[in-house]
Amino acid sequence: MSRETALVTADWVEEHLDDPSIVLIEVDEDTTSYDKGHIRGAIKLDWTTDLQDQVRRDFVNKEQFEALLSDRGVGNDHTVVLYGGNNNWFAAYAYWYFKLYGHEDVKLLDGGRKKWELDSRELTDEAPTREKTSYTAKDQDTSIRAFRDETVEAIGVKNLVDVRSPDEYAGRLLAPAHLPQEQAQRAGHIPTAANVPWSKAANDDGTFRSDDELKEIYTEAGVDWSKDTIAYCRIGERSSHTWFVLKELLGQQNVKNYDGSWTEYGSLVGVPVTLGDEAGEA
Amino acid sequence: MCGATEGGLSLDGIDVAKEAIIQGQVVRANVNGQGDPVGNAYVRLLDRTGEFTAEVPTSATGHFRFFAGPGEWTLRTLAPRIQPVDTKVTAEVGAIQEVAVSV
Repeated sequence: MSRETALVTADWVEEHLDDPSIVLIEVDEDTTSYDKGHIRGAIKLDWTTDLQDQVRRDFVNKEQFEALLSDRGVGNDHTVVLYGGNNNWFAAYAYWYFKLYGHEDVKLLDGGRKKWELDSRELTDEAPTREKTSYTAKDQDTSIRAFRDETVEAIGVKNLVDVRSPDEYAGRLLAPAHLPQEQAQRAGHIPTAANVPWSKAANDDGTFRSDDELKEIYTEAGVDWSKDTIAYCRIGERSSHTWFVLKELLGQQNVKNYDGSWTEYGSLVGVPVTLGDEAGEA
Repeated sequence: MCGATEGGLSLDGIDVAKEAIIQGQVVRANVNGQGDPVGNAYVRLLDRTGEFTAEVPTSATGHFRFFAGPGEWTLRTLAPRIQPVDTKVTAEVGAIQEVAVSV
C-alpha cells in the first residue's frame, strides 16, 4: 500500500462522480451530517448502527457485513472511496473495517468532508438509489486488529502508540474535548505508549502530511520501525486514522488497531496505568 | 432553536457543574455592520502548547461547544475563503465561557 493506491484527492473525486465502478461512502461521527448535505452520489454508513453489533460490544459479523453492503448496493468489484467529517476519523475507521473484511479496492478522500467544504465544493441532499448486490466478505483479517490481551502483552515489547490528545494521554481529560468528560473508566495511558496525537499526521484542512514529515513525526516520538506496532485511542476510530498512516501511507508491516482502546483498557481490573506526560516503565 | 441556551446548543442531560465548557458563535460581519452566523466553519481547540485537542463543525446557527479542562486554550476557526482566526480563552470547571468569533 502507498499514498498513490490508498488516497485520492478532492479533484479526483470530482472527476469520477459519474464513474459507475466507484462507490462514494460518507461515514461521520455526527451521523446526521450526511443528511445535511453530501457529495453527489455518496451513500451513508452509520457507524453506530451499521457497523456495530447492537447487543455486544463488537463489530457486525461477516454475514451482517455482507447483508449490509449487498443492501446498500456495494459490490466486491467496486472501488470504495470513503470520506467523512472530523478529519476522516470515522472514514478511516470504516476504511480499516473494509480491510478487516477483505475488500480489495478501498480508498480515502484526502481531507474528507472538511476539505471538501472549505473548498466550497458542491454538496447535495439528494440520496442516490443503488441496485442491490450480492456481496461476499472474507473472514476478519486479525493481522490488523489487536485485542485486549495482546495489547497488555505488548507493554515494553512492541510499539504502543496512543493517538489521543496530550491531555487525554496524561489523564487530564477522559474524552475528546467536544464530548462531555464524565466517564466510567480510569484516566491515563498504557505504560510505555508513545503519545503521537493523530492530529500531528494531518494539516489544518484535514489532508495528510507528506510521507517524509510523517516518518519524522513518528521517529521523533520514539516509534521503532523494526518493531510491530499497536495503535489505540479511546474507542478505536482516531487510531484507525493513525493505522492508516503507518500501514497504508508509510507501508509499515504489522500494524494493528486496538479498537477496544481506552474505554476497554481503562476499565480493566489489574492492568498497569501510567498518569502524566511521561510514557512510564514496563 | 427551541429550548436552546445562550450558546445556542442544548445542554440537556449534561452536568454543567462537572464540565469546563467553552462555547460560542462564529459570525461574519455583513454590510449593516452586524454579524451573520457562519454555519460552515470549523472550530479547533488547541491546548496551552498549541497542540490540537478537538474540533467541531459549527451548527447552522454558527454555534460550537467544547468540554475542555480548566486552563488556557486557543480556538482556531477555519471557514471557506478566510485565513484561520485564533482566539484565546480560559476555561474553568463549573463555568461556561461564551466566545464570539468574527471571521
